Amino acid sequence: MSDMIEIRWHGRGGQGAKTASLLLADAAFMAGQYVQSFPEYGPERSGAPITAYNRISSERCSIHSNIYYPDYVAVVDETLLESVDVTSGLKEDGAIIINSEKDPKELRPYLNGYKGRVFTIAAGHISRKHLGAYFPNTPMLAAVVAVSKCVDPEEFLKNMRESYSHKFANKPQVVEGNLKCLADAMKEVRE
Amino acid sequence: MIMSKRDRLSGNEAIATAMRQINPDVFAMFPITPSTEIPQYFAQYVADGKVDTEFICVESEHSSLSACIGAEAAGCRAISATSSAGLAYMSEVLYVAASCRLPIVLAVACRALTGPININHDYSDSMSVRDSGFIQIYAENNQEAYDNYLQAHRIGETPDVRLPVMICEDGFITSHALENIELEDDDAVKAFVGEYKPENYLLKHENPLAVGPYGTSPFYMEARVAQAEAMKNAKRAILDVAADFEKTFGRKYGFFEEYKMEDAERALVIMGSSAGTAKAAVDELRENGEKVGLIKIRVFRPFPGEELAEALKNCKAVAVMDKSEGFSSMGGPLFAETASACVNLENIPKMIDIVYGLGGRDFTVDHTKRVFARLEKIVKTGETGPVYSHFGQRDLREEVQ
Repeated sequence: MSDMIEIRWHGRGGQGAKTASLLLADAAFMAGQYVQSFPEYGPERSGAPITAYNRISSERCSIHSNIYYPDYVAVVDETLLESVDVTSGLKEDGAIIINSEKDPKELRPYLNGYKGRVFTIAAGHISRKHLGAYFPNTPMLAAVVAVSKCVDPEEFLKNMRESYSHKFANKPQVVEGNLKCLADAMKEVRE
Repeated sequence: MIMSKRDRLSGNEAIATAMRQINPDVFAMFPITPSTEIPQYFAQYVADGKVDTEFICVESEHSSLSACIGAEAAGCRAISATSSAGLAYMSEVLYVAASCRLPIVLAVACRALTGPININHDYSDSMSVRDSGFIQIYAENNQEAYDNYLQAHRIGETPDVRLPVMICEDGFITSHALENIELEDDDAVKAFVGEYKPENYLLKHENPLAVGPYGTSPFYMEARVAQAEAMKNAKRAILDVAADFEKTFGRKYGFFEEYKMEDAERALVIMGSSAGTAKAAVDELRENGEKVGLIKIRVFRPFPGEELAEALKNCKAVAVMDKSEGFSSMGGPLFAETASACVNLENIPKMIDIVYGLGGRDFTVDHTKRVFARLEKIVKTGETGPVYSHFGQRDLREEVQ
């Protein structure tokens, strides 16, 4: 399937990497795509490294293995760069997006010689600003959309408003905060 | 044709949705990973008043199926869900449900059995109870899990069948993966599945009956033969319900799916989500002109032996892919069934068994191609080589090439 985009998420248990992968699938689904979102669990404990995956394509994908040659990698916790080979198999014409306040070139030395594009986004900072707490997965989700264009960014924001309004029907005050997180992250993700 | 609705759900939510649409009388539950979400979603439906099911939280899987046996014997439609050790713990009462001819529907998110302890997918659990008398139907993805569930009650409740049904999905790979799905309208599902009106049941005062009495030697064998006949009858019921399902909802099902088998010289016999992955490999090899195909087993009990032999009879080499280790020292349960199904063919294909994917060990498109390469070598040399081997493990043994 030539138009398929494969994304691998690295996070730690409890940070929402799996949820981000689910939300991305939701957004792509609402844009009319075929989606897969699935987690890979290691030992079940808070803080342990976890991996989640997305496949997004215009036709249904029957492959149900993990993703070894992703187009994009999203790292929700930059401390993983020291312990997990996050760029393993990552395509050189793809990109890696890391939750970090650092400049991308400061992180390149930790990426095992990866030659492709490197982006950072201060997801924690954005989340604290608009949600008053550390929920890095929401800004990360927007950064991944901005870099990969796996969903049209404008359509993405429109669909997410609908999705959040539905999801947070009982606490509408968090809808605007989440949407601001998304909008800021799309602007602030840097190469 | 009735319009379906596009949605995106995990396998667990798809099965829970089917349960909600059917609105059974009793759901007895005890949680275990990775099937826990099924009763979790269902509990929400109960709380939201979307079903009027009696939702019973019990203290073990032995009890959850026992509660279902009681309810079903009383004339109710009863369901449960489980995985792995939960299914093993149910084992004793699975036989009771089947021999009492109670068409309970049990969703199983298939997961490895201990040990080492492991929460991920293989068929250790469902294969360990393959001889319990349950009908077993397996799914490649969330859509098939949903569709199989919609067909399960009618198959089990068919008057000359009356057997419980296991609807199996792959733990995590299907149960926890969100994918697109076509959901059917609630009313259309209710109309398709229909009401459960058993002819006889425990609490029918006009015709009271005993359920599960002692069977002395002069009676035990008759009961077992009747049960074996019921399992044979299930074959026709499965095809009848599938035909009506296709007419109603447009998706086609049978005992197994033949994928690019028309002129296939090399084939896999495989089950579940791995079949989807293997299809992508078949597509790639077909683009290079290689005559390869696969058969995805949907119905394991009753085993469609004659039909499978017919589908394999023109193959030169077949790899049977077993996702459970039976410790027979000569292959897994799918191989045993496939080989015995083919034993009376005039030209039996060369046949090997590959035990793979245990405890969630991943199986990829490239792995599938390695299996087809081995089959190519068997065709070229005429030498089968080791009949039974393992695939994907580290260190212990070299993979057979």
